[in-house]
Amino acid sequence: MALRDTHVTMAHGGGGRAMRDLIDDVFTSVFQPPDTEDQARLMDEALREPGARLAFTTDSFVVTPLEFPGGDIGTLAVCGTVNDLAVGGARPLWLSAAFIIEEGCEIALLRRIVASVAAEAAQAGVRIVTGDTKVVERGKGDGLFITTAGVGVIPPGLDLGARHIRPGDAVIVNGVLGDHGATILAARGDLALSVDLASDCAGLGHLMQAALAAAPGLRAARDCTRGGLASALNEMAAEAGLAVELDETRLPLRPEVAGVCEILGLDPLYLANEGRLVLFCPPDQAEALVAALRRLPEGQGACVIGQTLPAPAGRVTLRTAFGGARLVDMLIGEQLPRIC
Amino acid sequence: MCLGIPGRITAITDAARLMAMAEVSGVRREVNVACVAGHDLEALVGQWALIHVGFAMSLIDADEAQETLDQMALSRESLA
Amino acid sequence: MKFASEFRDPVAARALLSAIARKADAIGAARARPVHIMEICGGHTHSIFRYGLDRLIHEGVEFVHGPGCPVCVLPMARVDECVEIAERPGVIFTTFGDAMRVPGHRKSLLQAKSGGADILMVYSPLDALELARRSPGREVVFFGLGFETTTPSTALSIQQAAREGLTNFSVFCNHITVPEPIKALLDDPDMVLDGFIGPGHVSMVIGTHPYDFIARDYGKPIVVAGFEPTDLLQSVLMVLTQIAEGRAAVENQYARVVPEYGNSVSLAAIADVYERRPSFEWRGLGEIDASGLRIRAKYAAFDAEEKFGIGYATGRRSVPEIEGCACGAVMTGKLKPTQCPQFGKGCTPDMPLGALMVSSEGACAAYWQYAGARETAA
Repeated sequence: MALRDTHVTMAHGGGGRAMRDLIDDVFTSVFQPPDTEDQARLMDEALREPGARLAFTTDSFVVTPLEFPGGDIGTLAVCGTVNDLAVGGARPLWLSAAFIIEEGCEIALLRRIVASVAAEAAQAGVRIVTGDTKVVERGKGDGLFITTAGVGVIPPGLDLGARHIRPGDAVIVNGVLGDHGATILAARGDLALSVDLASDCAGLGHLMQAALAAAPGLRAARDCTRGGLASALNEMAAEAGLAVELDETRLPLRPEVAGVCEILGLDPLYLANEGRLVLFCPPDQAEALVAALRRLPEGQGACVIGQTLPAPAGRVTLRTAFGGARLVDMLIGEQLPRIC
Repeated sequence: MCLGIPGRITAITDAARLMAMAEVSGVRREVNVACVAGHDLEALVGQWALIHVGFAMSLIDADEAQETLDQMALSRESLA
Repeated sequence: MKFASEFRDPVAARALLSAIARKADAIGAARARPVHIMEICGGHTHSIFRYGLDRLIHEGVEFVHGPGCPVCVLPMARVDECVEIAERPGVIFTTFGDAMRVPGHRKSLLQAKSGGADILMVYSPLDALELARRSPGREVVFFGLGFETTTPSTALSIQQAAREGLTNFSVFCNHITVPEPIKALLDDPDMVLDGFIGPGHVSMVIGTHPYDFIARDYGKPIVVAGFEPTDLLQSVLMVLTQIAEGRAAVENQYARVVPEYGNSVSLAAIADVYERRPSFEWRGLGEIDASGLRIRAKYAAFDAEEKFGIGYATGRRSVPEIEGCACGAVMTGKLKPTQCPQFGKGCTPDMPLGALMVSSEGACAAYWQYAGARETAA
């Protein structure tokens, strides 16, 4: 039955007809899962290849505001999980999506977000094969939380990982940094900043396939989400037992993102991204890799930003425009404005 | 640490409360211009000011800025 | 001109670095006998590390990182008082993000927030004022923190609140002043400083004359500086030039922003709203005479200390600082951060013991964060 309510109530989580209507009308009619059973039953030709491996990941999404320039929590929920699979070399295939909805959430908003999930999934070539909804009382949730899990297939012989990184490897990003973090900061409104920026939120599955084709020696890739490029590089440098040296003059930044950072005293290297990854490859394949990335919309701003050095292990430094250097450390906690 | 950055005043938004729009690298924020306002508020539009915690604290003097850059250029020439 | 990128020119920086090296050699500065230059302002400390200037500059020039980081010098007792106000029912406590992580004896504001206190980070006291207008049933308290740069913003906000007749807005005033602690440093018999980089943004409010005593009475050069890397280098060169010529004067490298006599509107607002406290406590430096401001009686309705009966209003004072903390010695240039016995052991950015490890502008945190000093500590 078509849903006539305008807002989600506790009845929509109660297990009765109201819940059935919500699920049918808002979710399954859009996602059209292959099966009505409680579990998805899956097969893909890629799995039949000897040596193929499953990749499996999960991520939860919370964001304020739920909708922002360039995306919403739904696009994040698909892209985040798709990207976690893609950076490991997997071809993303299936996603689950669980929605924790706060009582009072507007159903029109929910429909828009579900539409985003569906559109982003179609774009990434994945199917939403199973899902769940829960409703929590007003004040017990932040509008909407989404958890997605994803399954993909890694083809035989492909093994990406930080442990394969070697000294002298090129460090590459696929575009300008910090757009998502700066967009969210401005969109929250409590700092009263207004700026024409949009989140970089994007699924990177196709980009990773292009990267693998262009640079067969690709060592590792990671998406730079929370904690930004700096955090991703610190993790990878530690895992690889190598140092990373960035070149400040090569870091791609929009002037508006630099502006938000100057106003609030923030470092763009720590701003969140939702459609950016950092890749490591042998130096002689860097040029081909950058060229391949640039051919795709989500790789327009691709460039080499630095290189790996044999030591000291786990250290990330930034060479400044004057040849000075500074350490790019892990954050202690959340990055806070530094104003007074 | 008194974070202050140069921003350009683009419009007067509330003359009674001495509020104006300032722009820094494409980022806009409403700021109070009490500290830099003369008799004619509109004369501020187009000027650069040092912005700190939502206040335009000091107008930036372009001639002085050029003077400082010239001084720096001198030390470059004396090197050559 | 954008008044920023022009002052980040690497070619100009290299030329200035060479000129500094020649000047330093000329006055016989060397690693074993360095010239000690204190940058007073935490913003300058940040720029020095951000651009790696400490490593690029001639080895005979040593930066001593001054007390000009308001978060660093905030005593624990004041943080405790913030938490106490923030935990009162009905209060929305607004603050710059800088102060959120500063530890108090019981907890930081960040911890108080997670414990349920209504604490909001804002960019400007104007945002707190707007919140008060929109929340008539709540008491909005703004954490007034900072040096003379920031003081006019809270003074003007209090004046505006008074004009509008707002009754639910108050400021917890912790504003402090620059010249007094500098005088305290200069009066220290163990002081080793040869010159100063003056705080550019404080000076745009107060002008350059409040520093006259530094040159006149103590014979030390001071150059008021901008915050871009070439501003800082040029200012170091100007200090060295004064030393080479045997002069001590107040000079202004940042004339594009700093007028000689400061900003009259700002100064008038400060004078109208604030008066000096007999003394104010600085973390690591103790009580310094006339170094803090309080809200005048005529604006008592906007004074959170009066409204909540907290802080200096209660006549109590001071909670002892942590034992073994050598922040005072670091701030006076007697110890380098890495020479403090607690550095990297009892005191790290995750668990700061002393003030200078608290904010990324504190000398110790900057050493830790940017300069990779931890390897030597570990």
